[in-house]
Amino acid sequence: MTDIFEPEIVAFCCHYCAYTAADMAGSKRIPYPPNVKIIRVPCTGKVDAIHVMKALEKGADGVYVAGCMEGDCHFKTGNIRAAHRVRRVKALLEEIGFDSRRVEMILMSAGMGERFAQTAREFTEKIRALGPSPIRSAGKAQGRRAAV
Amino acid sequence: MITAVRKPMEEIIACVSPYDRILLVGCNECVSVCSAGGRKEVALLSSALQMHFLKQGKTMEAREMTLERQCDPEYVEELVNSIDGADAVLSMACGCGVQTIAARFREKPVFPAVNTTFMGASERQGVWSERCQGCGDCVLGITGGICPIARCSKRLLNGPCGGSTKGKCEIDANVDCAWQLIWDRLKALGLEKRIEDVIEAKDWRTSRDGGPRKIIREDLAS
Repeated sequence: MTDIFEPEIVAFCCHYCAYTAADMAGSKRIPYPPNVKIIRVPCTGKVDAIHVMKALEKGADGVYVAGCMEGDCHFKTGNIRAAHRVRRVKALLEEIGFDSRRVEMILMSAGMGERFAQTAREFTEKIRALGPSPIRSAGKAQGRRAAV
Repeated sequence: MITAVRKPMEEIIACVSPYDRILLVGCNECVSVCSAGGRKEVALLSSALQMHFLKQGKTMEAREMTLERQCDPEYVEELVNSIDGADAVLSMACGCGVQTIAARFREKPVFPAVNTTFMGASERQGVWSERCQGCGDCVLGITGGICPIARCSKRLLNGPCGGSTKGKCEIDANVDCAWQLIWDRLKALGLEKRIEDVIEAKDWRTSRDGGPRKIIREDLAS
């Protein structure tokens, strides 16, 4: 039996934009891959570096943080802080030899249902092309249960 | 506060790779404030190390603990129940914390995960600057509250030198000339005349020139 790789993707979505955009995609019946598991946050400024790292450590193949467009953050600068943290995580991942393309910061507004779905599709395809996370593969090899 | 920055992961990994069980110890004091070795940084480093070793096919057991103050034996004692379960300790505190752990648990290898950098103050979120070199004989009272030892590149006691241009130091256009700052401050205080007073050569024996220093408060020491 062929083992088809289905990426596990965690998306931290801001309540005021990306999460609403996901809702909009649903209302408009725009499909997006079920690989993307959404975690709603009150603002992407709430997403700390450790949240992204833990998702990867527990076996996620990709993680993205979806926040408001620049200048549109409900809490003024939460999305900018989140973008800085994502950059910091990417740098740390590079230091340990982990492909930092598995983590991204994405901006969108609440009305962008189509963009949400498109982003989910594109990110899923990108991760599919990168293959399973080496952490997940190593965990499986050791009989470790991926707890995503 | 004492400031620090995390060492490159390559160096940290090289230190801990011979071991399977690491006790990762942070400190709730200075290194927490400068975001180098507090609870958050301990969690992040632990996660990064475990990911790195898992990728290599090795399971690294990293236990996390963050002490109230790692330079204080009373708090370091809290490690006593966890130390036996670890092959080595990785400390995210300043050099004082690392040495306090090493002195208490002599049989256990202890590695620093941060480079202790300087005594500094916070300029704004995420920016810290050197403000004190602990010379042991403070001159701030006569220099308008700006330290020429820590902030003048040449540690001049009578400045500015010829390298001061438009308020900046010749070593770097982004570095303020400490003596320009001192002059501006004295002027604001109406104490311009003080700039003409010659500060005599400093007795550096109170600084590192006198060897490792110690304070003994006889009313407190038992």
